Amino acid sequence: MSDILNLINAGSIKEKIKNGKREDNRGFEDFRDLEIKTSVLSSADGSAWVKLGKTEIVAGIKFAVGTPYPDSPDEGSMSLNLELTGISSPDFSTGPPQIDALEYGRVADRAIRSAEAIDFKKLSIVAGEKVFIIFVDCIAINADGNLIDATEIAALAALKNAKIPKLDEKNNIISKEYSDKKLELLNIPLSFTFEKIEGKIIVDPTESEEYASDARFSLGLVKDTVVSCQKSKNGVFTEEEIFTMVDISVNKYNEILKKIEALE
Amino acid sequence: MSTRLDGRKKDDLRPIKIELGVVKSAAGSCYLEWGKNTVVATVHGPRPMFPKHLSNSQRAVVDYRYRMAPFSVSDRKSPVPGKRDKEISLVSGFALESVIMTEKFPNTVINVNTLILSADAGTRVAALTAASLACADAGLPMKGLVSAVAIGRANGDLIYDLTKDEEDAPDAVDTAIAITMPQKEIALLQMDGFVNKDDWKKMVSMGFSAAEKVYALQKNALLEKYPVNGDINE
Repeated sequence: MSDILNLINAGSIKEKIKNGKREDNRGFEDFRDLEIKTSVLSSADGSAWVKLGKTEIVAGIKFAVGTPYPDSPDEGSMSLNLELTGISSPDFSTGPPQIDALEYGRVADRAIRSAEAIDFKKLSIVAGEKVFIIFVDCIAINADGNLIDATEIAALAALKNAKIPKLDEKNNIISKEYSDKKLELLNIPLSFTFEKIEGKIIVDPTESEEYASDARFSLGLVKDTVVSCQKSKNGVFTEEEIFTMVDISVNKYNEILKKIEALE
Repeated sequence: MSTRLDGRKKDDLRPIKIELGVVKSAAGSCYLEWGKNTVVATVHGPRPMFPKHLSNSQRAVVDYRYRMAPFSVSDRKSPVPGKRDKEISLVSGFALESVIMTEKFPNTVINVNTLILSADAGTRVAALTAASLACADAGLPMKGLVSAVAIGRANGDLIYDLTKDEEDAPDAVDTAIAITMPQKEIALLQMDGFVNKDDWKKMVSMGFSAAEKVYALQKNALLEKYPVNGDINE
């Protein structure tokens, strides 16, 4: 949408929020319906298709064999990338490089890393020489807000779904053959993203709510442990508001976790 | 009370030295030493923004660049901006936009460039603190300053302003926080680590008191260059 259309639309969203309502009649602390499917792609070593309301993210896992970082010779590594391309929104089709994709991807990546979700020592093949590198590639199929939380859920569901490839005698990956081992997740970090509109805090924003807001806060959590956070956009939050968002997130954690734990 | 490797108490900042107007070609500039961090920040603009589709018809856009010199860290850093640099640039620019009266300059860009010459943890907050002063030095209309500081945990203690050695502690938690002054609202907040929510809330609160100390130094530096009569907060 153009600058001007966004402004007009934002006006009506703000008006609703002021009156305690959201455009889809959700409560301020309600998530949209969440649907997670795994093993959706035969080409990936693990995959997930997440629908959060109308937002859809596909995540695919690919293992590669590489050399470890010098400061952690017996540890594998992970890299999470998010793509927002023209496929998912008219707003992504032209214009500047994807700074949003970079930011959302890094926020999602940071939560998984800080939560120590993956035991990187178990990804060592030959200490100091060869390790597994996990590539988590997330792609937005439809963008309707809250891409950070949807990406986090898709990434974790795909990681949980991932099978570790078999190696030949030279420690190269044998295509389409897997060891019996699944990738073990030690912690499940979840992301909770809030927007502040007209002084009110809402969770799981739609795209039009994002346009109406000038302050965003994302929190990465494992149960009641904070593992990452990011304040974004040019608005500000009070100390109280930050504390409130932490408490809401802690209360919501189990609700989302159940959906991920239910995956086989 | 346990002291830290460099003899500081938990709520001590490292020594901070500020000099304004160091870069003559810039509208505003600031040189800042924060412990072993060395930073230069400059401001150019507001000026017309190109390409035009990046501009905003309602306000100025702050184009903030956080850059680390290749020699600023122990292993040479590639001069090509990485993902980390771009993310820090983005959220730091947002933080400045929250205090600059950008609505006075629609369709323009304010270029804020920061350069880390020497790094010892807390570079993003040092750069933002310097950038905020450079904006004031440039005479931009501002609602206040941004005072930034890192709060963290190392070896079981919640502390102000971590050094690199403290950041490398096995239990390290690092929270970068920027507060608008004197409004006292959060303009930037980033963290990674593993800390229970109550301790983390404490760290956020500590950020407010630590930022007050940074703000006092920022005010002094401005008053030294631009003496005024009466209270600067008025």
